[in-house]
Amino acid sequence: MSTDVVIEAKGLTKNYGQAVAVDHISFAVGRGEIFGLLGPNGAGKTTTILMLLGLTDISAGEVRVLGFDPAREPLSVKRRVGYLPDTVGFYDGLTAADNLRYTARLIGFKRSEREKRVTEALDQVGLAEFAEKRVGTFSRGMRQRLGLAEILMKGAQIAILDEPTSGLDPHATTELLAIIRGLKSEGVSVLLSSHLLDRVQSVCDRVALFSGGRIALMGSVAELGREVLGGGYVVDIEAEGAGFAERLALIPGVSGVEKTGIGKLRLHADRDVRSEAAAEVVAMHGRLKYLGVQEVSLDAIYSRYFETRPDEEMTMKEGARHAA
Amino acid sequence: MRREGSAFSGLGVVMLKELSDHLTSVRMRVLEWLVVLVALAALYGAVQQIEDTTAQDPFLFLRLFTTSRDPLPSFVSFISFLVPLMAIGLGFDAVNGEYNRRTLSRILAQPIYRDALLFGKFLAGLVTLAISLITLWLIVIGLGLLLIGVPPGGEEIGRSFLFLFVTIVYAGVWLTLALLFSVLFRSPATAALVTLGVWLFLMFIWPVLAGAVAQIIAPPDPRYLALGLQTPATAVTEQILARLSPSTLFAEVVVALLDPTTRSLGPIYLSQLQGAVLGAPLPIGESMLIAWPQTVGMIASAILVFVVGYVIFQRQEVRA
Ligand SMILES: Nc1ncnc2c1ncn2[C@@H]1O[C@H](COP(=O)(O)OP(=O)(O)OP(=O)(O)O)[C@@H](O)[C@H]1O
Ligand SMILES: [Mg+2]
Repeated sequence: MSTDVVIEAKGLTKNYGQAVAVDHISFAVGRGEIFGLLGPNGAGKTTTILMLLGLTDISAGEVRVLGFDPAREPLSVKRRVGYLPDTVGFYDGLTAADNLRYTARLIGFKRSEREKRVTEALDQVGLAEFAEKRVGTFSRGMRQRLGLAEILMKGAQIAILDEPTSGLDPHATTELLAIIRGLKSEGVSVLLSSHLLDRVQSVCDRVALFSGGRIALMGSVAELGREVLGGGYVVDIEAEGAGFAERLALIPGVSGVEKTGIGKLRLHADRDVRSEAAAEVVAMHGRLKYLGVQEVSLDAIYSRYFETRPDEEMTMKEGARHAA
Repeated sequence: MRREGSAFSGLGVVMLKELSDHLTSVRMRVLEWLVVLVALAALYGAVQQIEDTTAQDPFLFLRLFTTSRDPLPSFVSFISFLVPLMAIGLGFDAVNGEYNRRTLSRILAQPIYRDALLFGKFLAGLVTLAISLITLWLIVIGLGLLLIGVPPGGEEIGRSFLFLFVTIVYAGVWLTLALLFSVLFRSPATAALVTLGVWLFLMFIWPVLAGAVAQIIAPPDPRYLALGLQTPATAVTEQILARLSPSTLFAEVVVALLDPTTRSLGPIYLSQLQGAVLGAPLPIGESMLIAWPQTVGMIASAILVFVVGYVIFQRQEVRA
């Protein structure tokens, strides 16, 4: 592995008595990457994270975090890694700044540095004006942001975030994801776990899909899409005019054209054919109203992979309606 | 396998935070007032009793601690059951409180060992208790001066100072017990109840039970019974059993320290202290020797209980 791997797990396993929570998983996170651990409840995401931090014993396998073994050199790991637990708690009686100061003291920052870091971190997550407010009055979103401020204050090289967006409203989620992107732009590697697939998809460079303690799939969202959904692009077109279907079918790479409504066509292709399709429509003096490529969605990958298949369910329901 | 770095990095930070939490907490203030009021009442009773009875007593000052006047118990009796309450009040939610506030995993993700967290919490509790007890001790000495009007001798100060030290040790024993239960039980209410249950048992039930159990282990000899005496074997067994309770140990140490005429420690209770056997008083050094095994016993039991709690805490899952 290259030196730019910050987290490396090999055959990582955790048993709770007879039960296997994490089953021989292997993955690597590169420097500056946002890596997502995705999976349903109880899949083993939190357990994996705790093992990376040396907060729970490893039953078998090996982990290296920035080259350190969390079981033997926990302090070296914890000094360089920031952790946002799934339900992050603060001392409600203390102010936001005091909570961070306490952590800063535990880390061992000198007084002057402490103040500077705390102020900057609170500023970065937009909590500057709440610095002297008691955390007891904070909303869930503010607490999550304070948790991220702690990681920023620590100057961590790796941020490990467990369900950072759970329980947040869409606006707060967007804000939080923006801060996470900000971490990446500062060169921090991010490992995050989540079961909110669509939102997380937008920030992750690569993801690992967990299922029953194993990694079922791993790679970038596009790669997984190709692997699971059979690859290809789906381009939707809406245009006024006639006779497009035949012409569009001739575009190289297009494998099929489907009529999805009045003036609506769907192209199946092995590459992004939007520009050619637009050119064809315009060349035939058609009025192009809509042109879009369907994004590969983690949701689709996920449900396809775990065979809950929402599309199929829908077709079946439609079929039932027709029959009735 | 050696662990990296110091087990105690962060210890001071944890201790200072916990200490400031304790000193500013409402709980602590309530406990302190309770202790001060009760102690004042006991002291008042003692002073009246002393004025009524004693004419010449070389250790008049120490009588302040041990004399009682109905219906109030003596100062030391009060202390022996209020100090555990204070210690339990400070320690019962030390660790499980962190779980419930969801702060534990966040704090343990900082570069410190669990050792520092647990030991820091213990030290903070102990320092808090020590501060309260020293204050109380100063109040007693000051009021004693005012009320009796006779300054205490050097030896009396020495003995009462040793008493203060032993009381802090005694508080430490209960504090470790409270910490242990705060590690064992996730719910602070359960931890508090169980610790109080153990306190009640060790304080009030065990001394009685020890006698009954001793009769079974070493049945009384009918020859002694016929003479109306206690069989020595039974008495020894009872004493050994009773000493499993820190309250017994504390009571014995207090007797040895505050009553200079004590020559050996049999199974005595604090209530018997007033009419203790007459005899020539021992020098302070010899009283210390008599009290030494019990003091060591208390320190050892505190260490034992702490280590048990520590081992359990090390193996515990941090996730809430
Ligand atoms: N202390 C424990 N003792 C026994 N089993 C446990 C313990 N902690 C977790 N588990 C089991 O380990 C498995 C993985 O749990 P984990 O918390 O890692 O899942 P997760 O992916 O984080 O789920 P979620 O999305 O709900 O947070 C679960 O089946 C859980 O029941
Ligand atoms: Mg989890």
